[in-house]
Amino acid sequence: MTPSPTQHEDPTASEPSTHTGAITLPNGEIPAIRFDGVGKRFGDHVVLDNLNFTVRKGDRVTLIGPSGSGKTTILRLVMTLEEANEGFILIDGKPLTHELRGEKRVPLKEKHKNEMRKRIGMVFQQFNLFPNMTVIENIIEAPVHVLGIPKPKAIERARELLEQVGLPDKADAHPTQLSGGQQQRVAIARALAMDPEILLLDEVTSALDPEVVGEVLGILRDVAHNTDVTMLIVTHEMQFAREVSNRVLMFDGGQIVEEGSPDELFSNPQEQRTRDFLSAVL
Amino acid sequence: MNGSLWEWQFVWEALPILLLAFVKVTLVVTLLGSAIAAVLGLLIAVARRSAPGPIAAVITFIVNFIRMTPIVVQLLFVYYAFTGVPPVTLGIIVFGIHYATYMAEVYRAGIDAVPVGQWEATTALSMSRRRTWMAVIVPQALRSTIPSLGNYVIAMFKDTPFLLAITVVEMVRAAQLFGAATFRYTEAFTLAGIIFLIASYPTSLLIGRLEKRLAYK
Repeated sequence: MTPSPTQHEDPTASEPSTHTGAITLPNGEIPAIRFDGVGKRFGDHVVLDNLNFTVRKGDRVTLIGPSGSGKTTILRLVMTLEEANEGFILIDGKPLTHELRGEKRVPLKEKHKNEMRKRIGMVFQQFNLFPNMTVIENIIEAPVHVLGIPKPKAIERARELLEQVGLPDKADAHPTQLSGGQQQRVAIARALAMDPEILLLDEVTSALDPEVVGEVLGILRDVAHNTDVTMLIVTHEMQFAREVSNRVLMFDGGQIVEEGSPDELFSNPQEQRTRDFLSAVL
Repeated sequence: MNGSLWEWQFVWEALPILLLAFVKVTLVVTLLGSAIAAVLGLLIAVARRSAPGPIAAVITFIVNFIRMTPIVVQLLFVYYAFTGVPPVTLGIIVFGIHYATYMAEVYRAGIDAVPVGQWEATTALSMSRRRTWMAVIVPQALRSTIPSLGNYVIAMFKDTPFLLAITVVEMVRAAQLFGAATFRYTEAFTLAGIIFLIASYPTSLLIGRLEKRLAYK
């Protein structure tokens, strides 16, 4: 990766990679997410090439950039929906899907990956609620069957979450009876019910009618303010990126072109490619 | 009286005999055979999708072998291979396995029709493979498959006369025996056909209604 003017902000940039045990920042902190030389190809098409970046715990990082720049792939790699072809992803200092043993990059066991997944939640562009379950069944499914939380307790928590996303009376509805905006709010509640350390938001408003985008973003704004969950956000809503995130990474061609605080990056972009992108979307 | 083609008297004589064979054999074989086919077919479909490559390939070979050979050959084969087993039991098993290979294809299509986003959501929620299949994929796949499965049940029902090849006295064989004893074949076989029709037609209407009801509102 070519160092950009703001690259010095990554406190781990000069640290040697070990991949064994926890990797700490100079101040003793373990980053929530670390990409270390990550490469991802689909056939001959290189999506990400030797990508390095770090997300600190509690950070709200928005990934922006033209479509096809690899933003969504990054979220899908963190959620283990895709696996990298090269490099390592560390979650809270622990390798996610592959680790370095001696000189070799070896895949980790399904059991390990599953343990790692439990710490990560994702909200999808198309909601992906289970249509064969009611709203409350969608929300308690994983807490009960994955985390082993007793059903009454999971239901109680699910009702709190439904209250939080403004749908207290939809517990027994089926997803197909809800509007897009309502479905996405249930999907957010479902992800939060797992108490994830990291929440991945993949273009969560792109499939919504314009008039309901605001209510979904409002809920995510509340989540950002009321919890310390680390967020990795892919969005075309620059206003949302500005309000919620404390860091923005501009991607193009699978590389970080520029990064900075939303204020810096949106008001005073340094790179031509960032300026071109922003003028196209704002 | 023996000169005319159709004598109602023989219809009333044959009716209880045929109905008894229908209930005791045709219906029992169809219901038990369907139950075996429905469960085994689902297991085959899931195994082909989730088992390691070599195992899935072996299952595919066996499935194709069964589908590509006539059911009468399979009935005769097991009849002479397992002489100690009651023919009706063999019939139920053969019908169950034979139709399982067809139902597996129906399930496969149903499973393939579940959007990839559903699988991704189960991964994002760290759901186990088992729970993913049981709570998410199979219930959704079943919705689209139940009508086609029902059509295979009707097809199996209409195939039950093949059992006469292995000495099982199902309804058509009972009609034949009635004819042999009374020299009145026309009444007996007509009646057997009508009983098949009366049983199949409402079932197919029911399946059509089920199809409508199962669609996600």
